Amino acid sequence: MSRVTSAFVAALITLVLGGFLLGMSLTSEGINLVVETSTTGKMTVLFVGVVLVFLLQLFREQVGSFTSKMRSDERMELPSFLRTSQQQRMWTMFVIAGLVLFPFISSRGAVDIATLTLIYVMLGLGLNVVVGLAGLLDLGYVGFYAVGAYSYALLNMYFGVSFWVALPIAGGLAALFGFLLGFPVLRLRGDYLAIVTLGFGEIIRILLNNWTELTGGPNGIARIPKPTFFGLEFNRRPSEEGATTFHDFFGIGYSSEYKVMFLYLMALVLVLITLYVIRRLIRMPIGRAWEALREDEIACRSLGLNPTTIKLGAFTIGASFAGFAGSFFAARQGFISPESFTFIESAIILAIVVLGGMGSQLGVILAAIAMTVLPELAREFDEYRMLLFGLMMVLMMIWRPQGLLPMKRPHLELKRD
Amino acid sequence: MTNNLLTVKDLTMRFGGLLAVNGVDLEVKEKQIVSVIGPNGAGKTTVFNCVSGFYIPTAGSVEFRGKELRGKPGHLIAREGMVRTFQNVRLFKEMTVIENLLVAQHMHAEHNLLKGFFMTPGFRKNEQEMMDRAAHWLERVGLLEFANREAGNLAYGQQRRLEIARCMVTEPKLLMLDEPAAGLNPNETKALDELIVQLRDEQGISILLIEHDMGLVMGISDQIYVVNQGEPLAAGTPAEIQANPDVIKAYLGEE
Repeated sequence: MSRVTSAFVAALITLVLGGFLLGMSLTSEGINLVVETSTTGKMTVLFVGVVLVFLLQLFREQVGSFTSKMRSDERMELPSFLRTSQQQRMWTMFVIAGLVLFPFISSRGAVDIATLTLIYVMLGLGLNVVVGLAGLLDLGYVGFYAVGAYSYALLNMYFGVSFWVALPIAGGLAALFGFLLGFPVLRLRGDYLAIVTLGFGEIIRILLNNWTELTGGPNGIARIPKPTFFGLEFNRRPSEEGATTFHDFFGIGYSSEYKVMFLYLMALVLVLITLYVIRRLIRMPIGRAWEALREDEIACRSLGLNPTTIKLGAFTIGASFAGFAGSFFAARQGFISPESFTFIESAIILAIVVLGGMGSQLGVILAAIAMTVLPELAREFDEYRMLLFGLMMVLMMIWRPQGLLPMKRPHLELKRD
Repeated sequence: MTNNLLTVKDLTMRFGGLLAVNGVDLEVKEKQIVSVIGPNGAGKTTVFNCVSGFYIPTAGSVEFRGKELRGKPGHLIAREGMVRTFQNVRLFKEMTVIENLLVAQHMHAEHNLLKGFFMTPGFRKNEQEMMDRAAHWLERVGLLEFANREAGNLAYGQQRRLEIARCMVTEPKLLMLDEPAAGLNPNETKALDELIVQLRDEQGISILLIEHDMGLVMGISDQIYVVNQGEPLAAGTPAEIQANPDVIKAYLGEE
């Protein structure tokens, strides 16, 4: 087939597919639905798209040579000024300082989105342990997130447990669920593992949805208290007799922004702790064992590594981070329902890990930012979010299948004697 | 019988209707190089898999340093001091050479998570010891300069040597090598020959070897077992085996 015909066919396919998706719309007329042709604006978009596809196909080789040039520099290296560990440390400090100052210089909305991003960073980092390092494809990660969120909400509702006490319990309970899920899936790998974990995530959600007496079912749990600052509340008035509020204690006027800032800073601290802990784990025997298990389970066994405990360790530790993130999420939202823990959440977290580069912490952070901030910036394209999401994934798989910032192997200095 | 490191008796492995190994006996004494030879498909690797715990033998006994190990999982057998390599190299390909050797020392590693998080002196010392041991063995097999290279990028012969180094850092009593010379050129085979003898003489370990390269086997073995179609065919010193008419028949066929 000549290049012109193949370009023509591709453009035709675009026209047919796009014509149905963009060119027509359903409107209600009385009680009936009628198909109408869309506005001229959408028609223009469609036309431009068709022309673009035609041209791209026609000049495929030129475009191909350009992209292959892009691909040739396989690894995106960090700028060379970050080479020495001292400079690296300085820059890390600099970035952290910037992040701490961020809420004081930006708008309330921006801080809110940043907090949400931090939650996803935490979830991404946690799932990265299971998927990126240990190579166990987990599609039900949101289940642990739900366990963490409901642990705090329920403990608070029934026993009045405060956030700070509930946080470690939520992490522990999520870890326990991770451990319990780990057992039946020990023998599974790849697709089979993905299906079972997917089922697990759904079981948790459906259980929360239907156990109405305990969880309130689809109505969810409302009025979950916000975290306190060493016992100081962020409300306008103390919630109960004898409690003090933050602004009263410091003798400043009430502003709802303090709460938003506080939540942001708390999320930042949680993320920094997560980062440090996982960074250490990677450089510890257990982290190396996770990666070895991903590479070759049989070789692991031949060297005396017990795959069972290593896998359970990955599931347990990965799940505990989702638990922490979940209880923070519940505290921030003040309201949770099973709706917040659908499969799409698992998919987004997994996309963050894959997009960032399996095993790479910096990559996961960048991807989490991209995945939460971009949809916020492009709110008017809300309807096409999934379309853009899919497009991004396809493009990533073509150009950077290893992720934005692939994991770099740690360079270990050997002391020569 | 006390100086027997490994005693395998009447080992039998049946896969459904297929009798892969039938009544094989093996004995490895301390500081001995013992080879298992036989035509392709004779069941040599199956014997290896049974002894190292990757298969559970249908019958027979595997006694290692006075302990019965038959039916124990592979990782526990490895911890007893019996470590193996594989016919097709099984390295952790995306990890660096040095990381491969650190993973292999997992059973000697400090596992307390808290000690690792806070990098206590004990944890650092343990890591340093593992690094030193890894460096020592990398030097022995001539791979020190590749320490931070990804294992999958090494040349084939280097990967073979790394696999042996990876076994040695676990400080085994018995090293089991499954066709270590396969795919090596004559020079590399000669170097391997020397390395195996050194391991026996300097490290004092025993080696159980499966190999097709007869030059290598006859040159270094203290004892040879011949397996043919799952059945033990002969056992003896290299000279005895070379003169055994049954062995010649199995390899070359009847006239």
